[in-house]
Amino acid sequence: MTPPPARHRLPVLLAVTALLLAGALVAVVRAAGRADERDHSRPGQPTVNKGEWDLNHPGRLIFRNLAWGPLRDHLAAVPLTAPGAARTAAPRDCLRFHAAAGTGICLRSKGGVVPGHEAVLLDSRMRALRRFPVPGIPTRARVSPSGRLVAWTVFVSGDSYAGGAFSTRTAIYDTRTRTLHDSLEDFSVLVDGRRHRAVDHNFWGVTFAADDTTFYATLGTQGRTYLVRGNLSRRTLTAVRENVECPSLSPDGTRIAFKKRVRPKGADAPWRLYVLDLRNGRETPLAERASVDDQALWRDRNTLLYALPGDYGADLWQVPANGEGHPRKVVASAVSPAVIGR
Amino acid sequence: MYLSSSRAADASAGVARDRPSVRRAVAGNVVALGLVSMVTDVSSEMVTAVLPLYLVAGLGMTPLAYGLLDGVYQGVTALVRLGGSYAADRTRRRKLVAGTGYALSAVCKPALLAVTTPWAIGAVLAADRTGKGLRSAPRDALISLSTTPGEQGRAFGVHRTLDTAGALLGPLAAFGILWAAHDGYDAVFDVSFCCAVFGVLLLVLYVREPRPSTAERRTGTPLPGAVRALRTLARTPGVPRLGLAAVLLGTATISDAFLYLVLQQRHHLDARWFPLLPVGTAAAFLLLALPIGRLADRAGRLRVFLAGHGLLLAAYLLLLTQAVPQLPTAASLFLLLGTFYAATDGVLMAAAAPLLPPALRASGLALIQTGQAVGRFAAAVLFGAAWTSFGPGTALAAAAGALATAVAVCALILARGTATGGSTAPTSGKATA
Repeated sequence: MTPPPARHRLPVLLAVTALLLAGALVAVVRAAGRADERDHSRPGQPTVNKGEWDLNHPGRLIFRNLAWGPLRDHLAAVPLTAPGAARTAAPRDCLRFHAAAGTGICLRSKGGVVPGHEAVLLDSRMRALRRFPVPGIPTRARVSPSGRLVAWTVFVSGDSYAGGAFSTRTAIYDTRTRTLHDSLEDFSVLVDGRRHRAVDHNFWGVTFAADDTTFYATLGTQGRTYLVRGNLSRRTLTAVRENVECPSLSPDGTRIAFKKRVRPKGADAPWRLYVLDLRNGRETPLAERASVDDQALWRDRNTLLYALPGDYGADLWQVPANGEGHPRKVVASAVSPAVIGR
Repeated sequence: MYLSSSRAADASAGVARDRPSVRRAVAGNVVALGLVSMVTDVSSEMVTAVLPLYLVAGLGMTPLAYGLLDGVYQGVTALVRLGGSYAADRTRRRKLVAGTGYALSAVCKPALLAVTTPWAIGAVLAADRTGKGLRSAPRDALISLSTTPGEQGRAFGVHRTLDTAGALLGPLAAFGILWAAHDGYDAVFDVSFCCAVFGVLLLVLYVREPRPSTAERRTGTPLPGAVRALRTLARTPGVPRLGLAAVLLGTATISDAFLYLVLQQRHHLDARWFPLLPVGTAAAFLLLALPIGRLADRAGRLRVFLAGHGLLLAAYLLLLTQAVPQLPTAASLFLLLGTFYAATDGVLMAAAAPLLPPALRASGLALIQTGQAVGRFAAAVLFGAAWTSFGPGTALAAAAGALATAVAVCALILARGTATGGSTAPTSGKATA
């Protein structure tokens, strides 16, 4: 393979380079145009109004609004009794959000050229109390039922070529003692009653019990996942079951909704939604047939809320927790819900 | 315009030239290959930087889903690397094989936009990595064949500097695009594709296949079979020793990711600083690759290669002592790691290349690279197992012990071969500052 003669090289270089530059420019300009389009609302999408609300008012569903328009990615509220009604969006943008008993946690992008992310602790009037830098892309957020503890999980990308390795980092913050447990990887882990150590311990998807000490999470290691029960005061994590991801404890503390990896029949169906009864260890598959990659949320004692991919990113769906009934779309263009109960 | 045609022409003549003038720049071919690598690294690091964001935020996917297939891909990459290099030597078309590797990686960029399932994404990333495996050894053979034996360290230093500059620029370019076009991941992949095509274009236009020397043309007429090629390499003085040293030291080399993890767990490094560690390491590598490459030409490449592993040992020991505060520890860690790469990555190729017959250069370099990669894979498995059984501190102490032993053993092995190894400086007159 010999290069072309010297006199042809420069014209070829200039011509092809000009083509490539033009192509690159068109790609960026078109993407920028599309980004602008998302700032304008579309016909047929839910109505979003600017407004203020707080976390004290019961009977609301709060979520990240994904409907196009200037209020995209802002937190929005709808009445629990009429989730399809016009939404009221507060001036606060979050990628992931959760709230309970007057405490909110918002994981957001800080903007700037190199995107950084932060976790913002919110009081009941949605004011920022404290900000924590987080080392990756937000994926899960939870507040304990009493509002005392908050937890978040981010993805940390490795530095290997072509992005082979990913890991997660999960932190828990105690708002009363102001203690930050920076990473669950510092806790001691027990699997089958023995201390378990591995270089690839990853934790994600915390859910809290009512006592503000016990919590559940996922441990991933050596290609397996475990449901672990954590004790915050002893800083321990005990594996209680295999193949459980993104646990979500029911309001009465007796059941855990989770996503279970089922043998992939098609390449597209890795997870199904299940409920585990902690009293007898029985697992019930739920009526949702689609693959769910979300940490489900208990809307009430009998119903689960979760996100599925949708036209504008994601929609919120609900399904009965007893394995019967049918899934139903509740809120279009929304993700990361929180139920403000009575 | 990047290169004058006279310099490119100079490159092809440079092979036969024995005595370079004192102030002569590195061969145009080396600069051309360096620029090709730089542009290609901009392209690939753009994708690497935004891939997690794209998968999680763009596709709503859990990236942990496809990390498991990693080991399989590495095995495939090693086989492709060996096969490709052998083909490059056999046909004497190193440029063609390297170009195929660059082109394969280029077409993977738009392919990433077309696929949405974890398995398909894993497959495209594997193809991308296969392209990288295919091109490295033939490219390093081209660099060494375009350079006199005495200036190999410098030539590889120039190449690795340009290469790393691309790796540092790539993420900036990607985040610049995302800043201009919010959520414009497709634009990042499109621009990355354009960069990769530009790299292939530079290769086609400005890189030359070095003409075989008269001696090579005479003796190399019957092209060697794979078995004969291996036998020839095994009998080439200095090559088995160097290969053995590369494998041994590789087996005691734990990856950066593990060291960062130790830093985070044992020294509780603030999460904010974590993303800066690889950047710091790359910056140190960038600044030191050329000076250390030139130093290696004068002081002896094997000596520098071993000293580099001494610095890695220092990094292990630094992490074992918990007396130093976290920020100085982090800063020293990336300085030590960057210097380690500058003293070992290109320098190993510079030490190996002059020992290898030109007709088998790509295969020989590929064998040594693969040996090192296999060693490092074993190191990752062993270190992971040690961590599981004894915890991070003990695992790191064991790794330090293994590395100290490996350096000592390799010093003995390589010292016995210095009579034939290309470690001594060829002429004293060309020690330019």
